[in-house]
Amino acid sequence: MIVSRTQKAGFSLYAGLLLLVFYFPIFCIIVASLSEKRFFSFPYPSEALTTKWYESALESAQVADFVVVSLKIAGLTALFSVVIGFFAALAYARHRWRGRKTFQRLVLLPLFFPQSVLGLALLMWYNLLHITPTWWTAVIAHTVWIAPITTLVISIQAYGLDESLEEAAGDMGASRFQILRKITLPLLMPGMVSATCFAILLSWGNFALSLFTTGADSSLPEWLYARMTTGYQPLVPAVGVLSVIVAVILVLILFGIIAWTNRNARRSAPDH
Amino acid sequence: MSTSLPLKLRTLAPGLRGFLSSTPFLLLMLFGFVAPLACVVWFGLMPPRTFEVAQMPTLENYRTIFGQTYFKSILWSLGLAVATVMILLVVCYPLAFAIAKIFKGGGYFVTYAIVTSLFVSENIRLFGWVIGFMKNGVVGGTLARYFEIDIDSLLYNIPVIILGMVYVYLPFMLFPLVLGLKMVPDQVREAAFDLGASRWQVFRKIDLPLSMPGVMIGSLLVFVLSIGAISEAKILGGQKVVTIASDIESEFTYAQNWPLGSALSTLFIALTTIVVFSVLGRFDLEKLLGKKSS
Repeated sequence: MIVSRTQKAGFSLYAGLLLLVFYFPIFCIIVASLSEKRFFSFPYPSEALTTKWYESALESAQVADFVVVSLKIAGLTALFSVVIGFFAALAYARHRWRGRKTFQRLVLLPLFFPQSVLGLALLMWYNLLHITPTWWTAVIAHTVWIAPITTLVISIQAYGLDESLEEAAGDMGASRFQILRKITLPLLMPGMVSATCFAILLSWGNFALSLFTTGADSSLPEWLYARMTTGYQPLVPAVGVLSVIVAVILVLILFGIIAWTNRNARRSAPDH
Repeated sequence: MSTSLPLKLRTLAPGLRGFLSSTPFLLLMLFGFVAPLACVVWFGLMPPRTFEVAQMPTLENYRTIFGQTYFKSILWSLGLAVATVMILLVVCYPLAFAIAKIFKGGGYFVTYAIVTSLFVSENIRLFGWVIGFMKNGVVGGTLARYFEIDIDSLLYNIPVIILGMVYVYLPFMLFPLVLGLKMVPDQVREAAFDLGASRWQVFRKIDLPLSMPGVMIGSLLVFVLSIGAISEAKILGGQKVVTIASDIESEFTYAQNWPLGSALSTLFIALTTIVVFSVLGRFDLEKLLGKKSS
């Protein structure tokens, strides 16, 4: 498409402004986390700049506990939802079967469902089954919400899958399991890596589902919310910033892996 | 003859294969989604203030709901959700258009910048607005120091709640719109321009209809997410507005009236399900995820 220079400049300006507004709250959080005083007021003199809240955040054993809980939940959620999502994506995009259209709508349903209500529903269900909520029950809650997302992400890749490769392998005598392992799985790998990325990060930041399903354990977003409403100190934004840094590092690592698998893949992914 | 197991499996009807690979997901949904929801619906029929499930069903909770002012919080939630969807459509469409059609490498930069922010917990980002807008916050403090304008806290009102919702749900509108706009073939747009169509005509007759799946999915996602929103009204709104989700939450926590909370949830679920199914039933999902026609 031919785009005039003024048009492009106009759109760039608009995008730039939106991004500025978008990152404004995150900037505010960083500013607040570097302020020495317990009660925030702006602007503060440069002598009041301090990193002591970061030090105490890194030293705090209590914060470390919440990080461990959040990481455990995120890791297991990612594992379950990517495995389930892999097979579900084959059913969604690859196989021709009778229930497919219905299945495709079903996959979307949990996404279009308010998370806080889902969390409460699970809480009552656990109560009925006499299961005491812990971080484990939160893994199930997160997986119910995140498995549809991984399914969709992997499906996008599965639509581009060349069926003749699987058929050729089958004609040459490969078993179904061999086809799955040697053909389907490697070809869907890029999609699975980005699905893992989404799963870990969405679980890491989730609050609405964790609120009702972690029981006595507490995840990092829950702790942050509790401290925002009562007992604020700059430790709260400092932990917030640190959690963002962890998220960004995870994204970078996973994008690195995606780039690496893409380069190694014999067939590059279809254009997106 | 060595008709081995692999051969049998290979000749499995494709229909069965599809069903088999969907099984883990279906089981997860059965135990993690359908059963809990059934549990909510059933609990909504129990007498008020019990935690026992084996009792005679009654409609008492529903009578209570319609007898009181809960419809107000339902209306608030609906109103806030509709406002959020409208504003986001206007704000996101130009940006999505730029990402899909105008920026080349820059599109990826904008996309990554927004995706990255998505992984900052929603509460932290909302709290950033609190720090920005509170009395002596980043905005107020800057205005007072450099422009000698004294403003009070900008928090705890309805526009701020809507700002928070627009902000948090922006990516959920933007990315479906980008997908939708990528489905509009450039040749068709160029042909229209060559035939003398104005920009507005191209937008009305080509861009908008052809990107409609993206528009619908984005609006639906944002609508459902924001109708269930709870943190925005709490963190940014103080107690100015009580949404349906926070009504439900307080029935479960402070009031300890699980049956009433369940009945409210049931109504809420019914409302969202009707909206979702009536919109989703209208178009083909495969078109949006599958191969694009350009």
